[in-house]
Amino acid sequence: MNPFQYSKPDSVQDAVHLAGPASRFIAGGTNLLDLMKENVTRPEHLIDITGLPLREVTETADGGLLIGALVSNADLAWHPLIEQRYPLLSQAILAGASPQLRNMASTGGNLLQRTRCYYFYDASVPCNKREPGSGCPAREGLNRIHAILGASAQCVATHPSDMCVALAALEAVVHVQGRDGARTIEFADFHRLPGETPDRDNQLDDDELITAVELPAAGFANHSHYLKVRDRASFAFALVSVAAALDMNGPVIGRARLVLGGVAHKPWRDQGVEEWLVGKVPSRETFSAAADALLQDAKPLEHNAFKVKLAQRAIVRALGDAAQGGQTR
Amino acid sequence: MSATTPEAAQPTFARHPLRLTLNGQDRQLEVLPWTTLLDLLREQLDLIGAKKGCDHGQCGACTVLLNGKRVNACLTLAVMCDGSELTTIEGLASGDELHPMQHAFIKHDAFQCGYCTPGQICSAVGLVNEDRAHTTDEIRELMSGNLCRCGAYSNIRDAIEEALPACRQPGQGGGR
Repeated sequence: MNPFQYSKPDSVQDAVHLAGPASRFIAGGTNLLDLMKENVTRPEHLIDITGLPLREVTETADGGLLIGALVSNADLAWHPLIEQRYPLLSQAILAGASPQLRNMASTGGNLLQRTRCYYFYDASVPCNKREPGSGCPAREGLNRIHAILGASAQCVATHPSDMCVALAALEAVVHVQGRDGARTIEFADFHRLPGETPDRDNQLDDDELITAVELPAAGFANHSHYLKVRDRASFAFALVSVAAALDMNGPVIGRARLVLGGVAHKPWRDQGVEEWLVGKVPSRETFSAAADALLQDAKPLEHNAFKVKLAQRAIVRALGDAAQGGQTR
Repeated sequence: MSATTPEAAQPTFARHPLRLTLNGQDRQLEVLPWTTLLDLLREQLDLIGAKKGCDHGQCGACTVLLNGKRVNACLTLAVMCDGSELTTIEGLASGDELHPMQHAFIKHDAFQCGYCTPGQICSAVGLVNEDRAHTTDEIRELMSGNLCRCGAYSNIRDAIEEALPACRQPGQGGGR
């Protein structure tokens, strides 16, 4: 780890005024310190935000919840209001990392996790995300865990978070504070596709701090399911994951949300497919058609073609479980 | 020294004060910002129970209890623990009286080489404090952050399963 300056502000205003291009905010630190140990990230200044008053989960006027950026992943997954109203989010968080890491990791930090692409993590090889313009060894190299949707010539990395897949399905809103004021960002717009600038994972500016994540009232508590497929039964990143959430209108689907993890540079959502599901009676055939449509533009690489069929089957299973009540794991 | 010497040109990095309640004792320390909690314990305080297995939060051998919650000491900056209560494997027993979880690990032979054991036991006590593991499968899932290369998993699971009721008694949680 490189030497760095350390400060611990006690207000959000002070924190964002300390921030600059060579600084990083630190909360749980579970990903940042790991990246620093690997020399992938070398900040000159760490701004410890754990003293900021961002640890509350509060109810909003329109029936949703406002989650402080410093609420730990464990506390959020096991929060009574999350378990009752947003079981999809609880399931997704508990599918990720280990109990120790979930105790440490924060809500805001989870959104800012960086890809676990092997080439990004190895500072001795080129990587357009780590060093823009240096190249992408993953395209022609070992790319079993890489993206099948939304990738670019510059980058085929995937976003590693489970929590973010559920937050995308729930249409969360990210609250951000910068030196020039506060703003909110729709979850679908928060993370970026790699395009020509894969070094930028999201829309945040250097001085901007995530202060909260807001959940709208609709929690899909009766018909949602998070399905994660990975190489071992626990404590591994997703090869493919699916957040499926339905509102039933009698025998037919009234509203649908369907988001994939492990397949793209950001949680992958296709609202056209969601709208197509509305009015349909849940069935294996319907869900298979939705899965085929969602994957029709998939562009697999040499080693990850299996993800296409895996994702299709995972979608059918997750939607089926959601339709039946979503309580099975 | 004149201001033009190379030494003076280097940025200076302040040591930061660190107050800890470490295994029940108040400690006043000073640390550099990049010292991890694990390196502080092992290199400066001679508490070598917590192990440096992977140093990346993947193996759990460094697990300690920070304010009663299990965390990976290798991914924790010591400076960020100011004012905290920290329990390591060295602090679980009461004098010569082992913690019930330590008893259970011995009874069930829940180790071979023993390298992962301090982390396993601290993690298991953290699991007790969380009170979320009520079935064998839940114990297995909620111990997934601790690897054992000897493969003593079945005995580890048995030890935790047996120790859970005793550990739930008031005052036996440990590490609070």
